[in-house]
Amino acid sequence: MSILTRLSLSGIVARLLVLGAVSGAPALVAQPGVRLGLIYGEGGRRPGIYVLPIAGATGDSLRTIIMRDLDFGDRVTVLPKTTALPTPSGPAPIDYAAAARLGINGVVQLVAVSGGMSVMLYDVAARQVLQRRAIAVLGTPNSAAWRLATHGISDLCEEWISGERGIAASRLAYVADGRIWLIDSDGANPRPLTSATRALSPGFHPSGQSVVYAALEPAGSAIYVTDLNGASRRIVPPSGLNISPTFTPSGSAIAYAHGDDFGTELYRVAADGGAPQRISIGRGSDNTSPSFSPDGRRIAFTSGRSGRPDVYIADDDGTNADVLAALSPSAQVYRSSPDWSPDGRAIVFQSQLGGRFQVMLITLRDRVVKQLTTEASNEDPAWAPDARHIVVSSTRTGIRQLWVIDTETGRARQVTTAGNARLAAWSPRVIR
Amino acid sequence: MNRRLVGVCLMMASGVLGACRKKPTPVAPVPLTPSKAATTDDGAAGRAARERFVRDSLAKARADSLSRVASVDEAANLRAILEAPVLFEYDASEMTDAARSTLDAKLPVLRTNIALRIRISGHTDSRGSDEYNLALGLRRAAATRKYLSDRGIAAGRIDIVSFGEERPASSGEDDGAFTKNRRAEFEILGGGDALRVPPR
Repeated sequence: MSILTRLSLSGIVARLLVLGAVSGAPALVAQPGVRLGLIYGEGGRRPGIYVLPIAGATGDSLRTIIMRDLDFGDRVTVLPKTTALPTPSGPAPIDYAAAARLGINGVVQLVAVSGGMSVMLYDVAARQVLQRRAIAVLGTPNSAAWRLATHGISDLCEEWISGERGIAASRLAYVADGRIWLIDSDGANPRPLTSATRALSPGFHPSGQSVVYAALEPAGSAIYVTDLNGASRRIVPPSGLNISPTFTPSGSAIAYAHGDDFGTELYRVAADGGAPQRISIGRGSDNTSPSFSPDGRRIAFTSGRSGRPDVYIADDDGTNADVLAALSPSAQVYRSSPDWSPDGRAIVFQSQLGGRFQVMLITLRDRVVKQLTTEASNEDPAWAPDARHIVVSSTRTGIRQLWVIDTETGRARQVTTAGNARLAAWSPRVIR
Repeated sequence: MNRRLVGVCLMMASGVLGACRKKPTPVAPVPLTPSKAATTDDGAAGRAARERFVRDSLAKARADSLSRVASVDEAANLRAILEAPVLFEYDASEMTDAARSTLDAKLPVLRTNIALRIRISGHTDSRGSDEYNLALGLRRAAATRKYLSDRGIAAGRIDIVSFGEERPASSGEDDGAFTKNRRAEFEILGGGDALRVPPR
């Protein structure tokens, strides 16, 4: 049932399908006799997926993007373009026997239709079409809208294959050269979101349509919210220190750290501004970097209340605060910058080991800590919407760049290539 | 009168006035509930304002009598004293002996030039978390302001701000750079023209 639920048409996809239907695209419901299900690789390995060549002038770049997205998803093995899958000689659309011999478990086929693409997934073992759907692909080829729609196709295929929707159609916000930037999840299309200010700590609204950030101004720091088109409004004026903002999971409020002569405490303010209310009770210590559990009832944050910075979790009113992970025997503990996973099960944070930060993951059920990075210095972890990948800023190439890490396999890929990129946040899925 | 004699006279005057200042000033206790006197005559507020005026004018007169307008070179020197940064230990906001002596040197300049307003910015090295370092920078700025205000400089003359690790004094990633970057900086916001030389 859960698969059926996940495959129900909703939101943007439903609108796209209406477009597809209007433009005479193929029917979208599952065909009679086609089972809804997942494709498995043999012996528990990842399923092998082959994306057929796509006809048309933009076919090859479309195919390249989808193959790369599926690869970045870390749930399937993408077979190379050079895989010699013969053209079928009989009436079947795929040479299933040859595909099976080549280690292919599923075949993705895209055919241009009016206004978009008809996407099909073949199950090699079952020798039939597993899923098909028409997706609107608008905009000129390689434009931001065109790429986004293409990422949406990749995410849909990943969902058909693995049961989990991909995250290719999402964006990252980060800090470089004092500005907030946006970049697509595959590293394409980096663009500045704010003009030159000392901007820090972006955080997405749960709608994905606006970003909250802090700006260091000459006389103090302030909190702003900006739409993705760049229209920005001030939420907290520059009185004292106002930093590390984050939206609450409902999007109705912003939590941030406010500092004055008596320390830095966590506060909450309505998303459209107003009188802030204090959350944390740090008794003169420094408390920063709040991150909410998905239900909004618990909050993880950095606090110096025990003398050294450490990660705490508390109720959303600041009570019942506890150290998140057992104290290491080292007196030099420095742990900070927690981010609560979108599925609520884990928190990532950074911990100083040998003078450098490394990113750690703690599962909340058993409080087991797993080290995710070892190479150079790795900071500012933030979860992807799939609760599996994270983005960190890493100095492994010599300068701080954003890297995506698969928390299950440890596989890392570089996202940004310029500037000194840090403090990333990951948007929700843009196409759901 | 030669220069040495002037110096001796100033020192004597300073000693006399200093001794006067140390005597506890009699202050009328503030009633917890409004007294009849406070509501019938021109009020406790008026009296307090008069007392404040007398006190301030005495302080100004003393400053005027004992200090003098700095020459160009002296003014540059005074600004250098005011703007000299203080350094901190790793992840700490406590004043080191060196920081105390740097701050102590600023006290007479701030006392003599009562129109001076300054901004203290707190900074950190690059080793901690970017966000937590902003709180640490503010802690350093606040501790520095407290050191000065505990020694008689009105806190209202001092703004504080933090830049964490965002504005390093040295861009290196070694101990030398870290040491230079863990600092509080001082910026003159107002009253920096026509500085007066503190009495010796």
